[in-house]
Amino acid sequence: MNAGRLELVCPAGTPAASRAAIDAGADAIYLGFRDATNARNFPGLNFSRAELADALSYAHARGRKVYVAVNTFPRAGEPGPWHRAVDDAAALGADAVILADLGLLDYTARHHPKLRRHLSVQASASNAESILFYYRAFAIKRVILPRVLTVADIAALNRQIPVETEVFVFGGMCTMAEGRCVLSSYLTGRSPNKDGICSPPEFVRYVEEGGRLAARLGGVTIDEFGRDEAAGYPTLCKGRFVAGGRAGYLFEEPVSLNATSLLPDLKAAGVRALKIEGRQRGRAYVREVVAAFRRAVDACEGARRAQAKRLDPVAEGQRGTRGAYRKGWR
Amino acid sequence: MRAKLSLGPALFNWGAAYIRDFYFRIAEEAPVDTVYLGEVVCVKRLASPQSPDLEVVAQRLEAAGKEVILSTPALVMGEPELEVVREAAAGARLVEANDVSCVGLLAGRPHAIGPFVNVYNEGTLAFLTGLGAVRVALPAELSAAALAALARTAEVELEVQVFGRLPLAVSSRCFHARARGLRKDNCRFVCAEDAEGFVVESLDGESLFVVNGTQTLSYTFANLLGGLTSLQASGIKRFRLWPHAVDMAAVVTVFREVLDGRLEEGAGVARLRELVGGVPFADGFFHGKEGRRFLACDTGGRPAP
Repeated sequence: MNAGRLELVCPAGTPAASRAAIDAGADAIYLGFRDATNARNFPGLNFSRAELADALSYAHARGRKVYVAVNTFPRAGEPGPWHRAVDDAAALGADAVILADLGLLDYTARHHPKLRRHLSVQASASNAESILFYYRAFAIKRVILPRVLTVADIAALNRQIPVETEVFVFGGMCTMAEGRCVLSSYLTGRSPNKDGICSPPEFVRYVEEGGRLAARLGGVTIDEFGRDEAAGYPTLCKGRFVAGGRAGYLFEEPVSLNATSLLPDLKAAGVRALKIEGRQRGRAYVREVVAAFRRAVDACEGARRAQAKRLDPVAEGQRGTRGAYRKGWR
Repeated sequence: MRAKLSLGPALFNWGAAYIRDFYFRIAEEAPVDTVYLGEVVCVKRLASPQSPDLEVVAQRLEAAGKEVILSTPALVMGEPELEVVREAAAGARLVEANDVSCVGLLAGRPHAIGPFVNVYNEGTLAFLTGLGAVRVALPAELSAAALAALARTAEVELEVQVFGRLPLAVSSRCFHARARGLRKDNCRFVCAEDAEGFVVESLDGESLFVVNGTQTLSYTFANLLGGLTSLQASGIKRFRLWPHAVDMAAVVTVFREVLDGRLEEGAGVARLRELVGGVPFADGFFHGKEGRRFLACDTGGRPAP
């Protein structure tokens, strides 16, 4: 599906970040409730029902939108928290819910047919057949595409589906297919699908050993750093591992997605919305990144190509990549 | 009802000769009820000159009285994978969907749901049942409590993974190619060189994962011999073993004998330990803990509190 002006969808991990994102030029913000119903279930993050109501009035007063992520997979035997999250998002007037679980999509389509449904990246819908299935079964209006497609793939996809596409343009990037990875729970017992968290901070330890700093996750050394190196967060798939006697970033380097330079190509590919990852990030980060993307999107709409470099200092690993958008990534 | 055993699809790039010998032996010697066949990890392998003729294998297994189900790719990126699904769906055999796109293609006719489709709760299970699923193999990370909760409402047969390296992740990137300085588009089928993938260790020297092309598996072998009794009590009567380059007929026999009460669980674990060459076991997901832990010995097989 082709569409007009690109919509800039920005992360809001806290009420303060939600206002910062809107003030910096977000067209929409996305957020979650303070529990395992959303995929950024980090300590100290997310919204109560009252805070969502405030965020909605702040955004709606300025003509912006609020999307509520209920994008983990409900626990067997305990669907209550997930159903309530959708019910409350609907009751408070959220502009859309972002969902991944088939059962929860079914529940939402039946109980809240008028509530706009976006398909979360956690559903890992990476082909037209899959997206058409979600469209026919649950009348989804938008799909957030997995970070595994090239720009050419996205353009081809948009010619085959009657729903809007939203793509990630900045921030953390999964190396594995989203929603199909249990590496985190293999080492820590907690996973994105069940608990809304990957490589959880309570399992992280930094240990000084022989002049080097070891970053451990669940008791396993995921990376280590010399005195002069910036110590990164031990996200499992971006750690250093040993294979065949050689240590290296076996799955992916600790880099962050930055598709600023690709905005005109994404627009030409028929993309409707651009998403910035980072609900776990603070207000200052959100303000800076959103403002930079506001300028970039405006430049793109004015047919100018934006500069990509500026945001590298705030990116994970202080380094940007265009990830799977270029074919050679695979 | 007597508990049944399934042999999941072979995940490694074993090549035609190995596949043929492996399954002919399964047909002759393994007391398994169902065998899943088909390329789940990477459709590029089907274009390899070493690609096996699975129809011959399927007919041999069926002649030996085994049920054959056709498995389909776990990550569908586009036409090449969908083509495989359509071809499988065109035949008379039951097809296992491992991606929602395949669910769409199979809806309205009886089909199986594989462990790569996220069935975490009874809402999803009921929805898929309504589309024609007749059997659902559940994801690896579900705990005994979640499995029991699903079994309480299930109107279809559920299948739980009880043996083998656990599939932990799948990617559009090929890590086998990447480790050799190649890319997926120009991979030279390097994954065929490792019958059990290659081992990934931590910087501390602990073996953690096994890489198999685009897939990452556990280094440990799942072993739920200790959970069979409680799983059956919760109503789950079908168990999946993942095929490995070990004496699989003997592995299947251990599970069959423990289920039939002809072999004691402890003796079964000891026998399996020999068969996998001492690679550690794991049952942490079943106990709601870190997947790599093995708690059976601490709890006598009951789910940890």
